[in-house]
Amino acid sequence: MSTDGDDEGEFDGFGGRYVPEPLEAPLEELAETFDSEIDSEAFREELDGLLEHFGGRPTPVFYAETLSERYDADVYFKHEDLLHGGAHKLNNTLGQGLLAKRAGKERLIAETGAGQHGTATAMVGALLDLPVTVYMGTKDVDRQEMNVFRMRLMGAEVEPVTRGNAGLAEAVDAALEDYAENFEDTHYLVGSAVGPDPFPRMVREFQSVIGREAREQILELHGDLPDACVACVGGGSNAIGLFSGFVDDEDVALYGAEPAGKGLDSGEHSAPLSASKQENPQIFQGMKTKVIDEETTNHSVSAGLDYPAVGPEHAALQSLGRAEYHGITDEEALAAFRELSEAEGIIPALEPSHAIALAIKLAEEDRHDTILINLCGRGDKDMQTAAEKFDLR
Amino acid sequence: MPYLAAGDPDFESSLEYVEALAAGGADVIELGLPFSEPIAEGPTIQQAVVRSLEGGMTPERFFEFVAALDVDVPLVCMTYYNLIYQYGDEPVRSFVERAAEVGIEGVVVPDLPAEEADLLREACDEFGLDLIFIVAPTTAGDRLDRIMERVSGYVYVQARLGVTGARESLSDHTEETLARLEEYDVPKAVGFGISTGEHAASVVEAGADGVIVGSALIEIIAEGHETDDSTAAVAERIESLARELKAGAIEGGQRRPRPERT
Ligand SMILES: Cc1ncc(COP(=O)(O)O)c(C=O)c1O
Repeated sequence: MSTDGDDEGEFDGFGGRYVPEPLEAPLEELAETFDSEIDSEAFREELDGLLEHFGGRPTPVFYAETLSERYDADVYFKHEDLLHGGAHKLNNTLGQGLLAKRAGKERLIAETGAGQHGTATAMVGALLDLPVTVYMGTKDVDRQEMNVFRMRLMGAEVEPVTRGNAGLAEAVDAALEDYAENFEDTHYLVGSAVGPDPFPRMVREFQSVIGREAREQILELHGDLPDACVACVGGGSNAIGLFSGFVDDEDVALYGAEPAGKGLDSGEHSAPLSASKQENPQIFQGMKTKVIDEETTNHSVSAGLDYPAVGPEHAALQSLGRAEYHGITDEEALAAFRELSEAEGIIPALEPSHAIALAIKLAEEDRHDTILINLCGRGDKDMQTAAEKFDLR
Repeated sequence: MPYLAAGDPDFESSLEYVEALAAGGADVIELGLPFSEPIAEGPTIQQAVVRSLEGGMTPERFFEFVAALDVDVPLVCMTYYNLIYQYGDEPVRSFVERAAEVGIEGVVVPDLPAEEADLLREACDEFGLDLIFIVAPTTAGDRLDRIMERVSGYVYVQARLGVTGARESLSDHTEETLARLEEYDVPKAVGFGISTGEHAASVVEAGADGVIVGSALIEIIAEGHETDDSTAAVAERIESLARELKAGAIEGGQRRPRPERT
């Protein structure tokens, strides 16, 4: 595949680095640090050690018996919700945190939507003794309150962002402004496979542990590769992490579940790949990629998927026909959230609930016999939303 | 060289403000075509962008704006690459063609790295526009060479790190960056943080050929907008700051040590 993000971070015409001139030099420096450390044995050893002993890797793959029977397909989950912190985010924050330390940075900043990435950054900040500032839209501060408390408890400063839609995209803007002021001593720990080079390929590299493990585990458990891999796509980091383990296996279909919000035709969603009518990519937050149409209001019930663009490698995988992206509505995701809770005793986060809903659809349409879903986060943070939607009080 | 966001706070007032800049002695005017997703702009310019977009500014309206301007000063368009890339049928070329048609003489694109600028360079050459690049305190070595190979018109020297915004004092990066640029035979305009005639004088004294002032002018518009002052009153204040800056720049030129003859 030609999507592996060459030196300029190009994924088949997507990606690149479109930033104001003052940020070019620090990003170039970061790319150089990443390129050299990632090949160094000492760095890999330190990272792998922390992933194991601090993070709890490897995370298991689980055969979901009830769902498998119900939909007449073998359904497996990659249990990233069991990673320390409750989501896949720690894979990336440990990797970048160690890089930042080696580059001599003294402070970490991050954006967060669901608060999982902010929490994972706060964890690594506490672990590595680096102060942390997390930018979070006020909309998300309200709906993911528990994660705000977790971040503060671990010593991070949470900066509410009020501008515009007060969501994840605005949190990225605020973090970029902080970075532009302070990059000399500060590392911007980007939380998904988005933004200017080197972030998309760096985040993919740190998340690729998901796909590497999952491939081995399913071969062992199931005796064969899955027919399909399904993951939710906000910026696309958990999805690219899973996909990277299977992208060279041509017989494994790859599916991304995008948040269709109130419906792909409703004008309120965050699903650029499944809904955008635009032929041309856009230049957005430092990368060339697909973005929702101008008339569409960015919306998803899930704070972590509520982002108007998508990582450039996913745009490339779609245009090459290697992966398919489908919209899952708020309602469909909530139904899957409830179904997994009842059927398997696992409360998923609202984000992977989108992937579960898409996998169920694929099984119902009888498109695949063996489906591997990335269960990229647990649902504790979504209890308030669930309590309201399902009348749990 | 003043900068304003076209259409801030509305089309008609903004025309008057740009004309006031010309009356105040501006040698070049940088007109911002607002983009909803600017990167690393400070709050002053962000708010100007919001006011202008809320006033209905679009690329097409921007071109109408330029066509409607009655000024005798070269106009440079400053905008983000997405708008240039998305405009019209032919990415980049359509935009530049239309810009040339309404009398724009140059473009500055803060988020377009020199390495990605071939398409824009070609279009600018075809339609006779200058392509201005920004050089930051962190720009050095090969990057600086690559930028200076591709620049035309003038080079925009960003005097400090961080986001845009008017500051109390000048950055000490200015002299350092100007020194690094000395060997290149391109006019150097210094911007970022300049807000008074005295700033302008010291920047020119340090070797700049021009000064770029944005946030300090936009703050006048923002204040006038908030207090509901008349357009004429705001225009007068803008003209007066433009005059002060110009006088400062001239004074700075006179203060410069005379080149020694050998
Ligand atoms: C549990 C979980 N899954 C998925 C995402 C979406 O991010 P990405 O698409 O990068 O995996 C988030 C983001 O906050 C998250 O918390």
